[in-house]
Amino acid sequence: MAVQRIKMPQLGESVTEGTISTWLVKAGDKVEKYDPIAEVMTDKVNAEVPSSFSGTITELVAVEGETIEVGQLMCYIEVEGLAAEPAVEQQAASETNVTAPEGAADMKKRYSPVVMRLAQEHQVDLNKVNGTGKGGRITRKDIEAYIAKGQSEAKPVSEPVSASETSHSEPAEAEEFTPPIIRRRQVKVNPGDREIPVTGLRKTIAQNMVRSKTEIPHAWMMIEVDVTNLVAYRNAEKDSFRENEGYNLSYFAFFLNAVAKALKKFPELNSCWAGDKIIQRNDINLSIAVAHEHELYVPVIKNVDEKSIKGIAKEIAQLSKKARTNSLTQEDMEGGTFTVNNTGSFGSVESMGVINYPQAAILQVESIVKRPVIIDDMFAARDMVNLCLSLDHRVLDGVICGAFMSHVKAILENISSDTTPIY
Amino acid sequence: MAVLTYIQAVNQALREELERDEKVFILGEDVGQRGGVFLATDGLYEQFGEERVLDTPLAESAIAGVGIGAAMYGMKPVAEMQFADFIMPAINQIISEAARIRYRSNNDWNCPITIRAPYGAGVHGGLYHSQSIEAIFANQPGLKIVMPSSPYDAKGLLKSAIRDEDPVLFLEHKRAYRLLKEEVPEEDYTLPIGKAETKRSGEDVTVITYGLCVHFAKQAAEKLEQEGISTEILDLRTVYPLDQQAIIEAASKTGKVLLVTEDNKEGSILGEVAAIISEHCLYDLDAPVKRLAGPDTPATPFAAPLEKAFLVNADKIEQAIRELAEF
Repeated sequence: MAVQRIKMPQLGESVTEGTISTWLVKAGDKVEKYDPIAEVMTDKVNAEVPSSFSGTITELVAVEGETIEVGQLMCYIEVEGLAAEPAVEQQAASETNVTAPEGAADMKKRYSPVVMRLAQEHQVDLNKVNGTGKGGRITRKDIEAYIAKGQSEAKPVSEPVSASETSHSEPAEAEEFTPPIIRRRQVKVNPGDREIPVTGLRKTIAQNMVRSKTEIPHAWMMIEVDVTNLVAYRNAEKDSFRENEGYNLSYFAFFLNAVAKALKKFPELNSCWAGDKIIQRNDINLSIAVAHEHELYVPVIKNVDEKSIKGIAKEIAQLSKKARTNSLTQEDMEGGTFTVNNTGSFGSVESMGVINYPQAAILQVESIVKRPVIIDDMFAARDMVNLCLSLDHRVLDGVICGAFMSHVKAILENISSDTTPIY
Repeated sequence: MAVLTYIQAVNQALREELERDEKVFILGEDVGQRGGVFLATDGLYEQFGEERVLDTPLAESAIAGVGIGAAMYGMKPVAEMQFADFIMPAINQIISEAARIRYRSNNDWNCPITIRAPYGAGVHGGLYHSQSIEAIFANQPGLKIVMPSSPYDAKGLLKSAIRDEDPVLFLEHKRAYRLLKEEVPEEDYTLPIGKAETKRSGEDVTVITYGLCVHFAKQAAEKLEQEGISTEILDLRTVYPLDQQAIIEAASKTGKVLLVTEDNKEGSILGEVAAIISEHCLYDLDAPVKRLAGPDTPATPFAAPLEKAFLVNADKIEQAIRELAEF
């Protein structure tokens, strides 16, 4: 039996203290490792603190309502058996921005006993420590410096999500979201496996996705749209359009046009959650997802409701070209209020999009497929497309989204040269 | 304070002890009128006379045996082996008698003898005038082996050895005799036997060594400091029994340990130091414990280039420290 201390964990990169809102255990309670023991409020997140050990709580040191610093004692726990297991996994550790030197792979994961011990004692995730030793090995001095840095860098913060935030593509460091509890297990690397470091855009994508899926309660719906008229109209125009304008008249331009019109009628979907309020956007700026090689860009077409089909098609062509040539600017990516994702371009017929944080919804335009449809009790071959909507259920409900989707459907099914001129 | 060479410090310690305690006497080959081949006993015959500074026959077993007998009768003999290489005929006396007598007699008898012997190479001495012999004696409980690294330590430790109530093997590096000079107090002082000393404080690599190699380690450390590599140096001073606490602390401090001796590598004192570290310091180690020592050849070669290749020097220590620092 050994009595261990449970300390205030690091609940976010720059979080230095937390307030215990509720104790979920009392002295004498038996808990399993990872069981929540307290609810803690910080200026960034509200989170449950998991137990670092299995055992019996012997004494609660901090009291409810008390604000204590990261690393300070919360309570004592009596642990059966040997000394405590490392609690590395559950730590939401801060990140280092340093990258390993070239050719670091061979010694990077060879840890000396003192490095292992210090990592356990200070709950350091060794993947985050930069190694300056031979072959990128983490030396005692490296980990000591890392620990010292972690202690001295604790600086006060207050940065609630700004209500005036307009875009998902803020610089990452401005508001780096860290999920309250990370229980990432070590993944075993098998011989022959390739390890690809997560950096740059991939890292930003990952952070945004985790933030969106962790914070936003997603709900989902899908409608079928008969776009036979649209297909006929577009096929009739596309060759001459290409000849005159020099770029394609894509279906996607018509979908964006329809979505913009529907958003004008249902501004509830053109909004975002801001904690104590919902902000409805005045401008209709549509983010469009553009994939290039292994990367995903989300540039923005601004004021789509004011643009003709030609204007939209032109911007799609321009932004796609910029993405292919890696010349998208920060400005191209800013200001989106709603996202339309052209999943049909790679053959998907049904998908569940992840909302582009902090927007309130995302619409997936799937493949246009010729299908038998019953009209007036007769089979007909029609061009059909599925539209899938993911919505932030804090902001939106099924009724309003259903109305929005029906409106989009009505616009699309009635497209003709009369209702929707290209110029 | 006068600047003394290592041999002058030894001479001064002997003179002061002869003056202080009339039970102290010296015996050995050529220690009398000749003053010793290295002049360790220079002037003592003249000052204290033939009854206290005895020239002996060329018979090491007799030098040790006479000394041990006198010591058991309450005298404080300082026996000199002219070269440590010649101690072999006296091994039976030293190990079987001197080292055992207190234990064997259940404390009725003890043997306060000091046996001085110049050891080590680097003076072009060939097979019979260059050997390191400490490892031969370093598993004999009852015996202490002291190997000072500087004039100041030599004087203080020799006085402690002479005053010790049990046998002490006092090994002086013959190349240190005139190579090392430092200020040595004229007054009486002693240094504790069985205690290692930190000769330099550092953060990156710990060097544990003894004897003349301490001097080379200091030179290497000074040079490496300019490269930003900081070296801790622990001088064992007493190589048997070892100061375990000091070894553990020094090894744990940096986690990167270099052990250095002039002796042959296998079976040297270093193996024991490494064992102490591995028993006590596993969770503080940041690199494998490294040994820098002479090759496992029977003795130091006579040919100058070979002798140079055999011996540990400041450059080899510097390189070994750098490798550990970079690990």
